[in-house]
Amino acid sequence: MAKVELALQVLTGAEATAHAMRQIRPDVVPVYPITPQTPIIQTFSRFVADGKTDTVLVQVESEHSAMSAAVGSALAGARTMTATASQGLALMVEVVYIAAGLRAPVVIAVGNRALSGPINIHGDHSDGMLARDSGAVQIYALDAQEAYDLTVMAPRVAEHARVLLPVMVGQDGFNVTHSAEPVALLPDEEVQAFVGPYEIPYALLDGNAPSSHGVFAMPDSYFELRHQMISAVEAAERVYGEVAEDYRRLFGRWLPALDAYRMEDAERALILIGSAAGTAKEVVDDLRAAGEKVGLVAVRLYRPFPHQALREVLAGVKRVAVLDRAASPGTYPPLFSDALGAVQGTQVELRSYVYGLGGRDLPLRAVHRAFRELLAPAHARIGYLGLVGEDDDGES
Amino acid sequence: MIEVRWHGRGGQGAKTASHVLAVAYLKEGKAVQAFPEYGPERSGAPMLAYTRVDERKIRRRCAVTEPDVVVVLDPSLTHEVAITGGLRLDGHLLLNAEEARDTGAAVRDYAGEVLAVPADRLARESGTRFPNVVLLGALAGWLGSPSLAHLGEALDEVMSGLPAAARAASQQAMQAGYAAGERGMHHGE
Repeated sequence: MAKVELALQVLTGAEATAHAMRQIRPDVVPVYPITPQTPIIQTFSRFVADGKTDTVLVQVESEHSAMSAAVGSALAGARTMTATASQGLALMVEVVYIAAGLRAPVVIAVGNRALSGPINIHGDHSDGMLARDSGAVQIYALDAQEAYDLTVMAPRVAEHARVLLPVMVGQDGFNVTHSAEPVALLPDEEVQAFVGPYEIPYALLDGNAPSSHGVFAMPDSYFELRHQMISAVEAAERVYGEVAEDYRRLFGRWLPALDAYRMEDAERALILIGSAAGTAKEVVDDLRAAGEKVGLVAVRLYRPFPHQALREVLAGVKRVAVLDRAASPGTYPPLFSDALGAVQGTQVELRSYVYGLGGRDLPLRAVHRAFRELLAPAHARIGYLGLVGEDDDGES
Repeated sequence: MIEVRWHGRGGQGAKTASHVLAVAYLKEGKAVQAFPEYGPERSGAPMLAYTRVDERKIRRRCAVTEPDVVVVLDPSLTHEVAITGGLRLDGHLLLNAEEARDTGAAVRDYAGEVLAVPADRLARESGTRFPNVVLLGALAGWLGSPSLAHLGEALDEVMSGLPAAARAASQQAMQAGYAAGERGMHHGE
C-alpha cells in the first residue's frame, strides 16, 4: 500500500475530514452546524444524501443535543462521530465530560475557533482548551492532509479496549478548515479495513448481555471510576503510538505524538500546536541556513500530554519558547504549563508567548522575534506575539 | 513562490477563482494553497482570496502581505479598498475594466505591470455573468502559466456540478480572457 502513488486533490481541511468520515462510514452522526466546522458537515451531508455512506445523520437542535445523542448512540453499539467548534463545543462540553466518564468512544471533529465575547468566527485553540480536562483525547492537525489522516486514525484510538474515550481531532479554523491544498485520500476499502468493525464491551443494545450505563456513583465508588477513566486517558498515549505506527507501516505517513523538526543539536526551540507549525518550520530553515541551532516541536497529541517524549526531545536544548494559541487569564497558558511539567528538574528554560487569538495572523517575523528573544535569558513575563504595541520592535 | 491576491465582492467568485487557479497549477506539478479571508460574510461586501504556488510543499499558513499578483474582480473596489497595498513593485495588477486609467489613483500610481481586461463584457458575450473566469484566463495568458489546457480541466472539475451550458459558457469566457491576457503579455514585451 505504501508504494501506491495516490492522486492529489485540492481540498480544504474541512472537505478532507468529510471524506475521511465518508470512508469510515460511521453508523450515526448527530450534528449541529457552526462556523468554521460547517463545511465539514455540509460536505458530509452531501455524501449521505448522495448515498456515498449509509450513515444515519441526525440533525439536532443544539450541540448539547448532538453530544447527548452521540453518547447514547456510541454506548448503544453504533460507531458515532460528530463535529463542532467554538461556542458549539462550549455548549457540548458538559456532555463531553459525561462521554469520557461513561467511556463513550465518540470521535469529534473540531474546527478550532475563538470563544466569545466579543464574538469572533476565526481560529484559535480556546475551544479545545475549554475541553482540556474533560477526559477526551485531543489530537491537533498541522494541515489538511493531517486533518484527514488523524480523522482516519481517531476511531482506532477511541475504540481501543484500553481507551474507550471520546477523541477530539482539532484543525485550526480557517487556517486549515478553509485552506485548500493538495491532499491524498486513501482508497475507501483501505480506510474501512484500517478502522475495522465497531466493537465495544457492554453495548447497551446487546440483549444477550444486559448492562447499565449512566449510573449514580456515591463517594464510595466515584473516585475509583474517575481513576479508571484517568488511567484510560494515560493509556491512550501508547495506543496512539501504536495506531500511528500502523498507519505509517500501511500507508507510509508518519504522524507521531510530537512532530520534532530539526531538533538534532538544537539549542533554542519553539513548541506549539497546530497550523502555525508550517510557518515556524520555514523560519527554522532560514535560521538554520544562517548557522543558528534552532528547532521546532509541534504537539499533535495534546491529551494525554506526551511528557516523557517532550522531555527527551528537549534534552540538550537551552531555551524554549512555548507558543499558546489560547490564554489562561491570570496564569500561564495551557501548553506552557504542560511543557513546564515535562521539563521539571531539567536545565531547560521556558518562555511563554500567546499568539493568534481570534484569527490574528502569526507572520514569519513574529516567529523570528520569538527565536531572537530566546538569545537572552528567559524570564517570567508572558509575551504576546502579534498584539498591537508588542511587536513593534522595528525588526523583521 | 508566486502569491496572488483576489479582490472581489461576496458572490462574484473570487474564492472559486483562487481555487481553480490552484487546481490548474497542481496539474502542472506545482505545490499550491488557496484560501479566502472572511469577514462577516455578506453578499456584495468586499472580500479577499489568495492563491499560493511554489515548486515545493507550501508550509506557511500566515497571511499573504506582499502579493506578486493582484486581481480585481470589481472595478468599484479600486475606490474602496487598498488594492495595491503590499503589491510588489515588480508585480502584476489585473483589473476588470475597459481601461486601466478609468480605475483611479491607486492604479495610476502603481509602478508595476498593469493590465485592464473588460471581464464583465467578455463574460456577457460568452453567456455568463461571472467575470472571475475571464480574469482567470487573462491571468494565465498574461503570466504565461498555467496552460490553457490545464486551466480548462481545472475549471471543468471545479464546476462539475453545474449544467453543461453553464460550464461551456465558463470555458468560453475563460478562453476569451486568456486571449486578452496573451495580448497584454505581448503588449508589455
